[in-house]
Amino acid sequence: MTLYLLCFVLFMVGIYGVLTRRNLIKIVISLTIMEFSIFLMLALVGYVSGGQAPLVLDPETPYVQVVDPLPQAMVLTTLVIALATNSMLLTMAIRLYKKYGTFDIRKINELKG
Amino acid sequence: MENLLVILLVMMIVAAIMAIHAKDLLSSLIAQGFVGYGLVICFILLRAPDLAIVQIVVETVTLIIMVSVLHDSTRKEIQVPAGKRDIYTYSLSFVLVGLMLYYFNRAIATLNPFGDHALRMSDFYAREAVELSGSTNLIKGVLWDFRALDTFGEATILFAAAAGVMAILRIKGRKE
Repeated sequence: MTLYLLCFVLFMVGIYGVLTRRNLIKIVISLTIMEFSIFLMLALVGYVSGGQAPLVLDPETPYVQVVDPLPQAMVLTTLVIALATNSMLLTMAIRLYKKYGTFDIRKINELKG
Repeated sequence: MENLLVILLVMMIVAAIMAIHAKDLLSSLIAQGFVGYGLVICFILLRAPDLAIVQIVVETVTLIIMVSVLHDSTRKEIQVPAGKRDIYTYSLSFVLVGLMLYYFNRAIATLNPFGDHALRMSDFYAREAVELSGSTNLIKGVLWDFRALDTFGEATILFAAAAGVMAILRIKGRKE
């Protein structure tokens, strides 16, 4: 349970960053930290103590105890999607900087048009 | 192994707080990289080699993109004295953190303790993946064979994001 709680604390650090920072780059970093904590949470839930990595080293041997392959496969999908969304957010940030000359979201909000 | 994971996670949390509070955006990026590569070590300890490999690649690419963004702009953090609105956002974030911590505590009470996970439907995958999908890597078997539709959706999202990046980065808008 300690591990789950620490994982959630990492998520909370990310939420705190998103809500309190004014810099666009720092908001993107906080979102990345939230994503990391969720990946770690799924991998933690799927762990079986004493289990092998989900690889079949010898197809002839009978069934061996493995860790859960399903959450790991889902996290693999999500990792790539996180990369795509992050690069999209960063391109938006750089376009906003080119237009307004600042990363400050409140100033961008005031300088409409 | 659980103690090692706890130590790693505490280090990652400290690095995350450093990343959020750093005065220089470049050092903030370095702290974020520490969190990402700490996650790689966690994945290796949790017996997930595929995830570790992909996370190394993703983290490196993200860092490169972020550094190139900072290279094109500024690395100074915004320095303004805290106003009335800052007190509002800080108190809101702390209230939200406390509320979600309560509900998370209630949610993990239903989970099995760490390391005591019961393979329910993955048991079928683990037993039959070699015969049915022909892949000796169970994750690849699940990803490309049993749940190939999810991977198709992932490819769609990747394409949409790439198209979005191209559209945003185009220098000149089209004129009517």
